[in-house]
Amino acid sequence: MDIQKALFDYTLRLGDNALILGHRLSEWCGRGPILEQDIAMTNIALDLIGQARSLLQYAGEIEGKGRTEDDLAFLRDITAYRNVLLVEQPNEDFAFTIVRQFFYDNYSFHFYTALLQSTDETLAAIAEKSLKEVRYHLRYSSEWMIRLGDGTEESNQKMQKALNQMWMYNGELLTMNETDRVLLAAGIGVDLEALKPACEAKLAEILAAATLEMPTGTWMQKGGKEGKHSEHLGFILAEMQYLQRAHPGATW
Amino acid sequence: MKNQNWPLWEIFIRSKQGLNHKHVGSLHAADEKMAIENARDVYTRRSEGVSIWVVESKHITASDPSEGEALYEPANDKVYRHPTFYDLPDELKHM
Amino acid sequence: MTNIQALESRFQAKVDDEVKIEPKDWMPEKYRKTLIRQISQHAHSEIVGMLPEGNWITRAPSLRRKLGLLAKVQDEAGHGLYLYSAAETLGVERADLIEQLHNGTAKYSSIFNYPTTSWADIGSIGWLVDGAAIMNQVPLCRCSYGPYARAMVRVCKEESFHQRQGFEILLTLSKGTEAQKEMLQESVNRWWWPAMMMFGPNDADSPHTAQSMKWKIKRFTNDELRQKFVDVSVEQAKILNITLPDPDIKWNEERGHYDYGVIDWEEFWNVVKGNGPCNHERIQTRVKAHEEGAWVRAAAMAHAEKRSQRNSKKEQVA
Repeated sequence: MDIQKALFDYTLRLGDNALILGHRLSEWCGRGPILEQDIAMTNIALDLIGQARSLLQYAGEIEGKGRTEDDLAFLRDITAYRNVLLVEQPNEDFAFTIVRQFFYDNYSFHFYTALLQSTDETLAAIAEKSLKEVRYHLRYSSEWMIRLGDGTEESNQKMQKALNQMWMYNGELLTMNETDRVLLAAGIGVDLEALKPACEAKLAEILAAATLEMPTGTWMQKGGKEGKHSEHLGFILAEMQYLQRAHPGATW
Repeated sequence: MKNQNWPLWEIFIRSKQGLNHKHVGSLHAADEKMAIENARDVYTRRSEGVSIWVVESKHITASDPSEGEALYEPANDKVYRHPTFYDLPDELKHM
Repeated sequence: MTNIQALESRFQAKVDDEVKIEPKDWMPEKYRKTLIRQISQHAHSEIVGMLPEGNWITRAPSLRRKLGLLAKVQDEAGHGLYLYSAAETLGVERADLIEQLHNGTAKYSSIFNYPTTSWADIGSIGWLVDGAAIMNQVPLCRCSYGPYARAMVRVCKEESFHQRQGFEILLTLSKGTEAQKEMLQESVNRWWWPAMMMFGPNDADSPHTAQSMKWKIKRFTNDELRQKFVDVSVEQAKILNITLPDPDIKWNEERGHYDYGVIDWEEFWNVVKGNGPCNHERIQTRVKAHEEGAWVRAAAMAHAEKRSQRNSKKEQVA
């Protein structure tokens, strides 16, 4: 795989992660557990979709075929999407949403911190801007992990269940594939393996404060980074892409 | 079901360095940490602030408006507290 | 003069002098009740109003539109929050007001009981519904009750981008494909009359107006605002190259205003009574969100209590 191709794949992945997770969070808008949290979750969704725009724009530039952020978001089919499986998992309830968010924020905080060192200036600049947002997201989801884990017996059970069920989607975030290896060698990408100790330490710290038990499963799902997705993503895209598909070439 | 009603907090925001914190409104939060975060999400969506104070509403003691006359009117005739009370010639500068 | 009468005339004198009434000031019980009713209805309208537009967040046709719409719907949550807070200064709790919305004793703007079936509806809501709302809301920034007036200043400031966003969506459609132009016209056809109804019954049938005007909770009558809305909208429709679905719209030289047709008040009252296309669905969605959030709210409180107990124990040890 040449560097250009790997860089396109990598940038798409980062953009798709942010876009799909932002989409999932935006499904909460108007339906949150309390007005204040409705607003808070929408802020995170706005941050993520904003990040997705910068990343997809850059992916289009790297590819050099004139595709815009919207072409990439609205006209790619499921196998061309590069997001991890975690972010496409349904909201289920607030517990699932918070666990999914915490897994993602914990990875993304450490990932973007490392990406600051990228020799690719655009990615390093996007990392710098995103990091300001992600730091707050991690604080938000960490506090809710603790609140709900420590809160009532009912909330503790719901959180433990969500944690156990989402667990197998946590591994893919830090699993290297060929794209990662090519870009790591080129000084552009991040050594995901190297992030593991810090991510695991943060996870252990938060779970302890939340009185939640670390899941024991070792089998991790993967495939999203190579375009092998769950059924959920198809429905997300059907909804998201409907207008662009129904009115080819129209301007909105 | 246990109590699910979060208490009310009053929110004060410093819009920029050098200015006082100003009351902007209120919101509900379970604790002071959440109150700060909710205030950030609710009241600074358009970069309205650089610093936030939160006070649980029940801790605020307010003066009684029916005592307004006793509290504030005695100050009205103390005109000597204002610079315009003192007569000075127009030629005098820088004062 | 009795004590109450004296207080009432002092209260009215303050209102007449444009002195704002603040939460702890004496006020007639009916003034307080009228405000609670009006402010909470207004807050409910913002919250229920998130739903018809929220429908299209996941289907917005570009990332730019998605961000704009998401931010707008979020603003509505914020506006609901400011307004509930204003109502709470009058000695009611938000939880009780929400309960009234859920059990059907409180009303909200009927416009949100109409469905959003096309993307153009997002534009129409911004242009017509927010346009009508702004007509209603701008005078409320001068309302006699301080906390309500201050909340409305904030709301109006934020609201100004909403109508522009809606108009831009429609303008883009008006320059688009044939299908987009049809989508635009069809949507305006559906939203025009419900938007006209947003100003409420004709003045002759609006029993509370006189008292609310006297208390300066209201500054203009329903028909005055409606006329202003028609005059402005007719001109704006020309820019969009569309027709408004009212054959009676005609410039009246003598009045200096546009004449317009008769509103279907039977439809209006039916939607108010709960027979609109989405009344049931909207409330169900709110009730479901509230009920499913109960464990989250309870857990946050339980955690806050545990944490404050732990902290005070630590202090004792120290």
